[in-house]
Amino acid sequence: MIQKANLEIFAETLLDLAKKDKEIVVVTSDSRGSGKLTKFGKELPDQIIEVGIAEQNLVGICAGLAAVGKKVFGVSPSSFLTARSLEQIKNDIAYSNHPVTLVGISAGVSYGQLGSTHHSIHDLAVLRTINNISIVVPSDNFETKESIKEAVNYKSPLFIRFGKKPMLKIHNEDDTFKIGKGAKIIEGSDVMFVTTGETAQRALLASEILHKKNISCSIINMHTIKPFDSDLFLDCLSKVKAVITVEEHSENGGLGEKCASIISQSNINIAFKIVGFPDEYMTNGSQSDVLDHYNMSPEKLAEIADDILK
Amino acid sequence: MDHKELELKSIEYRKTILDIIYNGGAGHTSGSLSCIDILNVLYNNILKINPNNFNSTDRNRYVQSKGHTVEALYTVLCDQNFFSRKDLNSLNKFNSHFIGHPTRKVPGIEHNTGALGHGLSVAVGMAIGFKLDNKPYKVYTLLGDGELSEGSIWESLLSASKYKLDNLVIIIDRNGLQITGKTEEVNPIEPLLDKFQSFGLCVKQVDGNSVSELDQVFKEIPFENNQPNLIIANTIKGKGISFIENQVVWHHKLPSEEEYNNAIQELNIQLENFK
Repeated sequence: MIQKANLEIFAETLLDLAKKDKEIVVVTSDSRGSGKLTKFGKELPDQIIEVGIAEQNLVGICAGLAAVGKKVFGVSPSSFLTARSLEQIKNDIAYSNHPVTLVGISAGVSYGQLGSTHHSIHDLAVLRTINNISIVVPSDNFETKESIKEAVNYKSPLFIRFGKKPMLKIHNEDDTFKIGKGAKIIEGSDVMFVTTGETAQRALLASEILHKKNISCSIINMHTIKPFDSDLFLDCLSKVKAVITVEEHSENGGLGEKCASIISQSNINIAFKIVGFPDEYMTNGSQSDVLDHYNMSPEKLAEIADDILK
Repeated sequence: MDHKELELKSIEYRKTILDIIYNGGAGHTSGSLSCIDILNVLYNNILKINPNNFNSTDRNRYVQSKGHTVEALYTVLCDQNFFSRKDLNSLNKFNSHFIGHPTRKVPGIEHNTGALGHGLSVAVGMAIGFKLDNKPYKVYTLLGDGELSEGSIWESLLSASKYKLDNLVIIIDRNGLQITGKTEEVNPIEPLLDKFQSFGLCVKQVDGNSVSELDQVFKEIPFENNQPNLIIANTIKGKGISFIENQVVWHHKLPSEEEYNNAIQELNIQLENFK
């Protein structure tokens, strides 16, 4: 079932929460339109700060607002937020330990044909190396909504990133969500897809193809990249014969390498494959075209699973 | 504190700065000496920040954007009883919280700085926060003049002006030198007054090593309603010690034993003359 874009759910959830809690403040860098926050700005003009196209300043201002007691959401395209403002994230948020939530919108290759300037396939890798910041990549509307609700009172720095396209429904409303705990989506015995964020829907579609071939799939969505739920990962891994990680991110420094690190340091021998963007001059196209090209179509993921089990 | 008491404090603070840098084995000597009079006046007469109210959200704020002159800040915070002189003497020692840039692990430190061009944005955020809540508190931030080359400073000024932050007080420690040489040779920043005014700030210039001029100008804040306040504090880098004044080499130089003794002797003579 197709749901709304996670971006829309983020904006709706934040507006609902901010109406009830006037300490919530949103900071944007000419990004209220792209962040679906126009309505927020109209309904709660005293709870939105606009800094213009100045992402470094955005992050610094977020830190200052948090320091005087505000519950702060800094919203900007993930590409600019995490590259241009990296030092502000490192020093003013993480090192200074201000409980700011930075929201990287239109993450991964969401901006499609706008090209590499607008793509954030580095954000998880660079933030993984920054101490004292949690990283959350929700898959569907449910995880997005729950992560924003939890973020309001999260006591330490937090980064959340997602895309802007309508999403498949993955979770039920009565599922549980907690930052720092991975989410089991389906359980099987042959191959496990480990996803983060919106690649979960592609793994889910791949699992349907594999089901017809009598291949049994597990899917876990590691919506929290940091701190990583190694216990869940290892527990689920022990029940399958092969593991495939799928991320809308560079193969370098993201989900896949995190999983590889855990596997190798646990002395486990299992068939393992990382699917992400390779280190090359990337191709152009819509988000879907680019993901398909780099082996993230459901068909290709199913083929990879089929091969790895042979 | 009256101006005589402040002047006496400044000499004592300079001795402490020399002491802790000499004993700690490293420090930003000349920049700490240029800005110490500013910190003296702020903490003793203006800020009303002390160990009793530091954990409260209802108070003024001070963010030291030029983090490298942390020895001046430690000196003043120690005198305000945020920590003991014994603690401060651990500067730069293994496992000490007293490191070469401000860190919130040290009582009284508001924000972690050290990379330049960060403090002003944070101060702007604090000042906006106070405005949103209609709180009467002010945010003071100290910037170096070399630091003004950072683009993020100018981003922050745009926001300060947009949000009419008359509760924001920006102080420029205009000592004219940075690690490589004169600011006007490394990367010219003049005409500063015109630049700041064109960004919508209300600007005043003072002798930044004169406690009376500083005390006076701080008491005139807000200079204008709805405009951020900016003070160009013209200072002498290394102020107070003849052979350190205006010498580029003293940016991060450790005094030798002889230099240390000579510096302390000069300060002792100033103390004698003062009395």
